[in-house]
Amino acid sequence: MDYFAQQLINGLVLGSIYGLIAIGYTMVYGIVGMINFAHGDVFMIGGFIALITFLILISLGLTAIPLILLVVLLVSMAITALYGWTIERIAYRPLRHSFRLAPMLSAIGMSFVLTNYSQVAQGARVKPIPPFITGGHTLHESPDGFVIQLSNIQIMVVITTIVLLAIFTWLVSSTRLGRDMRACEQDQTMAALLGVNVDRTISMTFVIGAALAAVAGLMYLLYYGLVDFFMGFVAGIKAFTAAVLGGIGSLPGAMLGGLAIGLIETFWSAYFSVEYKDVAAFSILIVVLIFMPTGLLGRPEVEKV
Amino acid sequence: MTAPSTHTTKPATGIAALLKTAVINALIALVLFSLMVGIRTEAGSDGQLTYWTRFGELASLVAAVFGGSIVIELLRQWIGPAGTERLVPPALQKGVSLVGRYLAPALLIFTLLVPVIFYNQRYILDLAILVLTYVMLGWGLNVVVGLAGLLDLGYVAFYAVGAYSYALLATNFGWSFWICLPLAGILAAFWGVLLGFPVLRLRGDYLAIVTLAFGEIIRLVLINWQDLTGGPNGVSGIPRPTLFGIPLDRSDDGLAAKLGIEYSATHRIVFLFYLILALALLTNWATIRLRRLPIGRAWEALREDEVACRALGINTTTTKLTAFATGAMFGGFAGAFFATRQGFISPESFTFQESALVLAIVVLGGMGSQLGVALAALAMIGGFELFRGLETYRMLVFGWAMVLIMIWRPRGLVGHRAPTVYLKKAQAISSDLVKEGHG
Repeated sequence: MDYFAQQLINGLVLGSIYGLIAIGYTMVYGIVGMINFAHGDVFMIGGFIALITFLILISLGLTAIPLILLVVLLVSMAITALYGWTIERIAYRPLRHSFRLAPMLSAIGMSFVLTNYSQVAQGARVKPIPPFITGGHTLHESPDGFVIQLSNIQIMVVITTIVLLAIFTWLVSSTRLGRDMRACEQDQTMAALLGVNVDRTISMTFVIGAALAAVAGLMYLLYYGLVDFFMGFVAGIKAFTAAVLGGIGSLPGAMLGGLAIGLIETFWSAYFSVEYKDVAAFSILIVVLIFMPTGLLGRPEVEKV
Repeated sequence: MTAPSTHTTKPATGIAALLKTAVINALIALVLFSLMVGIRTEAGSDGQLTYWTRFGELASLVAAVFGGSIVIELLRQWIGPAGTERLVPPALQKGVSLVGRYLAPALLIFTLLVPVIFYNQRYILDLAILVLTYVMLGWGLNVVVGLAGLLDLGYVAFYAVGAYSYALLATNFGWSFWICLPLAGILAAFWGVLLGFPVLRLRGDYLAIVTLAFGEIIRLVLINWQDLTGGPNGVSGIPRPTLFGIPLDRSDDGLAAKLGIEYSATHRIVFLFYLILALALLTNWATIRLRRLPIGRAWEALREDEVACRALGINTTTTKLTAFATGAMFGGFAGAFFATRQGFISPESFTFQESALVLAIVVLGGMGSQLGVALAALAMIGGFELFRGLETYRMLVFGWAMVLIMIWRPRGLVGHRAPTVYLKKAQAISSDLVKEGHG
């Protein structure tokens, strides 16, 4: 039981990270109707930028951890958001009215570009950082000595996720931008006729998605203590699985799906085999798409001629 | 990376606007590259991260973006806005169509003669075999993507199934290549049906992701199922192919000894060359024949409009399944050939990059055009060879190539194809008119 509770905590933390990435997929799919294949790599770029900012701040002699974290968060969100904007501008916007497979293929190309760009720029080796946030709380100690640990970093990941989700939900539901986004999701032509700047709204969608992915990258860096140039691919597919599981296009669905994937992966590693944890996640994607193509919270899609 | 130009809709006019665009792009590039390129991190021997600055590289990249955006902007003004009709003079059109008619036979004859011309150049022969392998993979995937319009991102899985089928059957049971070749194809087709049956109801991009996941699953299983596949170490000592039982080696029963000629290692290379050429041509022939059958027409109809297909009473699931299985079968053949040629296979050879490369060949070739796929394979693999010295940069260039091809010519290099069915007169279909199926 204690082991189970510990895995539950681990799974929820991992799921929060997946959920943050999944929001980027689901938003873009909702508005542009394409799978932003490069989104996983945007997450990886976010992790790298966070790592480099950390290094600079520490070598500048900063010691206040909260200040460092805040600066790193803002810097990596800002630069990664610019990456998201640039990618949309270069690789997707010219193809918006092209045939359906074109943006997808362009996105695959972009994913290769980003992966290899960071390999060329930062080298192929894994980059570790020393643990920044240490310590934790013992929640429960069973008689046989098994301890349920809740580390401070886990608390931080979950709290950051919740805060960001709250901000994001407010953004989508109560601001002009959010209304524009929802309008574009329903009907781009009509939205444009009613004075919505569709290009800008789509750009902003990519910017927000990339910023959230950057947060996920930072969390990943803090939680696992390392980044490498290839981490975006698998994380990206899993986050996409999360978005599909939650119902693509649905924001709470993406978070829910992220948590579900995180839990499944953690429990699978804990009780079955670590080697096949990715196989488990990918199999879930296949199974969900076959039996529940609309996901948990998605709307059924009506095919129009 | 080149930064985007900020004026896509209204082209900038005048020097001032041009410079403004370039400055903005350079500033964007400066922010993008500031940390990723300007700072280089590396883990030291004690596990501690160190970093050093690379402002020189950063400056030159930003300068390149500045210059590049001026050039692109000038080119754009020179070419004119997108969508302008450019008239091709009739004489040129005639010439192009004449070349088009004789290009395929000329290429085929040239390919047949390659081992004769380059007999002593092992490097060129090896490269030609590699190109032909990708031509075959491209033609195989073309059945799925080009004809049936199903985006398959996990094609390499079938390639892997074929390769491992042959490798395991040959090393464990000692079966010959010629027995294993059809078996590898059948097994790959079987896996295609197994995967296809549940997932082919999905729409285009969902299908793409599921096939991608399937490809990854196959690779992960190959890595982790150590008892069967040898895990990351792969399978080695895979037997070389024989000419229907006659080995091509130095021994007394070898082909050279039987023919009474002096043994040369090149014989085997030439044999492999003709083997893959035959397999590729078989793929091509089968595809062309299938297109004339009702099933091939159903594939093409499915690509154009799935709803209309269903309304006409075509069983879309079966149609898709046959396309998937046919493509998978050719992938399996190519895989068996790959295994016998290399003599060693490991999961390393079957990554997603491989799928993307084959897909890029099909897309660049114009999705559905047999000649286009062959030319695209030549261009892609040849291009890869050019970047052989720059191992790390070549995937970067490949990624950019994919993006730029999509922007510049989303319909591929050979954008026209002859219709299979026509009334009275065959009229070339511009690929702009063709909508891909979304099934």
